[in-house]
Amino acid sequence: MPSEAELRLRERLSKLGGMKLLRGTKLTGELARLQEQLDHLRADPTAEEIWRSVELARHQDRPYTLDYVERIFDDFFELHGDRGRADDHALVTGIGKLDGRTVVLVGHQKGRDLKERTRRNFGMAYPEGYRKAMRAMALADRHGFPLVTMIDTPGAYPGVAAEQHGQGGAIARSQAVMTRLSIPTVACVIGEGGSGGAVAIAVADRVLMQENAIYSVISPEGCAAILWRDAGEARKAAAAFKPDAAHCLELGIVDAIVAEPEGGAQEDPDAAARLLEQGILAALGDVEGLDPDERRRRRRAKYRAMGVLASA
Amino acid sequence: MSSGPGRVDVEVESKRPEEPAGKAHPNTCPGCGSHYRDDELEKTLRVCPQCGHHFPVRSRERIAQLVDGDSFDEEDADLRSADPLGFFDLRPYTERLVEAEMTTGLGDAIVCGSAAIESSPCRLAVMDFSFMGGSMGSVVGEKFVRACERSAEESVPLVSVSASGGARMQEGILALMQLPKTIVAIDELHDAGGAFFSVLTHPTTGGVLASFASLGDVVLAEPGALMSFAGPRVVAQTTREKLPDDFGRAESNFRFGHLDAIVSRADLRPTLGRLLRLFP
Repeated sequence: MPSEAELRLRERLSKLGGMKLLRGTKLTGELARLQEQLDHLRADPTAEEIWRSVELARHQDRPYTLDYVERIFDDFFELHGDRGRADDHALVTGIGKLDGRTVVLVGHQKGRDLKERTRRNFGMAYPEGYRKAMRAMALADRHGFPLVTMIDTPGAYPGVAAEQHGQGGAIARSQAVMTRLSIPTVACVIGEGGSGGAVAIAVADRVLMQENAIYSVISPEGCAAILWRDAGEARKAAAAFKPDAAHCLELGIVDAIVAEPEGGAQEDPDAAARLLEQGILAALGDVEGLDPDERRRRRRAKYRAMGVLASA
Repeated sequence: MSSGPGRVDVEVESKRPEEPAGKAHPNTCPGCGSHYRDDELEKTLRVCPQCGHHFPVRSRERIAQLVDGDSFDEEDADLRSADPLGFFDLRPYTERLVEAEMTTGLGDAIVCGSAAIESSPCRLAVMDFSFMGGSMGSVVGEKFVRACERSAEESVPLVSVSASGGARMQEGILALMQLPKTIVAIDELHDAGGAFFSVLTHPTTGGVLASFASLGDVVLAEPGALMSFAGPRVVAQTTREKLPDDFGRAESNFRFGHLDAIVSRADLRPTLGRLLRLFP
């Protein structure tokens, strides 16, 4: 008996196959990938599996953006500063070569040891970080370089100075910039996709999610504190709002899941990087051949359609 | 504690009075502690005549305060939320939705339609904090997007009045996706040459501030309105920083350059009328 998730994914597949507007693009690649994922998806992840994803997404040895950058990109040159007032170390930007083409990278960055964690502010960016991201996006658009983003943040930093410097507006504007870009864009959720701070750099033609990454509207602890009035109920909260990759794929929020090595990306960062590179190249391949206006139109149409209404 | 990259901070003064201690009279103004009568408060647009404290206003009353006579024509009132996650916390989401509809008489946390303000036609999207804290889920997103699309079709400006705690947790990641969804709609409205005025009222926080509410061609706020991405309690707990007394308030945001103007409730209708005439 196929699960409801499987049925919905099958329905999605059949729709993709029948869609006129996708003909002539590399739809076959997309279909094959979805089919492959469908074959792996036997049932809805259980509460335990969802919580395991939360733990793996936050694992202290999980590869971070720069771990992937050094494995995937050649000749990476980091760009610093928002040209306004600061350089935010929680969010890195730069230019590098990916499989022969120049691309721009924007990604959250966490730290490994205590000193580095503090310097990176645990991957929680200030508005300055998002302004640096927007600067890098504008640069990419100006020169026609594809944009690759890597999402790994507990959330945008909730601090007094962050608010004073316009956190909400910076997150809104960064998304607005991404909806307008004419270049190909690929976003990869590689760890924690925490709320507004994550979606700020995740509005893309193709959104990928690693197998054990999470993507959510609020942290499990935050949700538990509000709805259960007890942050200790984080497991229950996570099981309720389903931040795991399988559910995000099923809901149409992400376009593909990138497999990780057995046991999680931290077990074999080199293998994880190879898989992520394959995923990024395939996703770029899907959209690179499109006319820029058509690509933007499709990107906007994708987000326009997001949401589920009760059938009247 | 950490004050961000570069550490340029601004000290602010405290001007808010102490909360009255003990058992307060139910009709006590939180701004000055004076007592008010409900019928009087309604006549003053729910602004305290003593100290100017702005009390919350429900969506229908807000619309009546802003538009010409009975010019408001509501649309998409029949849209309702689904429960895509089968969400259940202490109670099922579907039950919370039904209860919110019963107590507010609204289908969801936003009321949209066409209207005229000082004889200028416009589209209105007014949020209602009484419906699940004004949270934005699929219905709020969809209704806002349709309002943008109709504004673009008819070449009339869109006015939004926000009051929201943020994205609706019960719709999970789909609620988060209403941020880019509404932003795409504003972008298309702008591409079509349309104007968008955003009015922030108390409180406008989280996902609504981090999406359409911040993207107005002109952004206004009511006095004292909290408009922060993270709420004061979250900031205090996470950072253990001492919060300035006007943390996240309209006045602080105005000083830091995030607002075009703070407009008192009595001036809101004439101000929107002026703006509508300036964007023909």
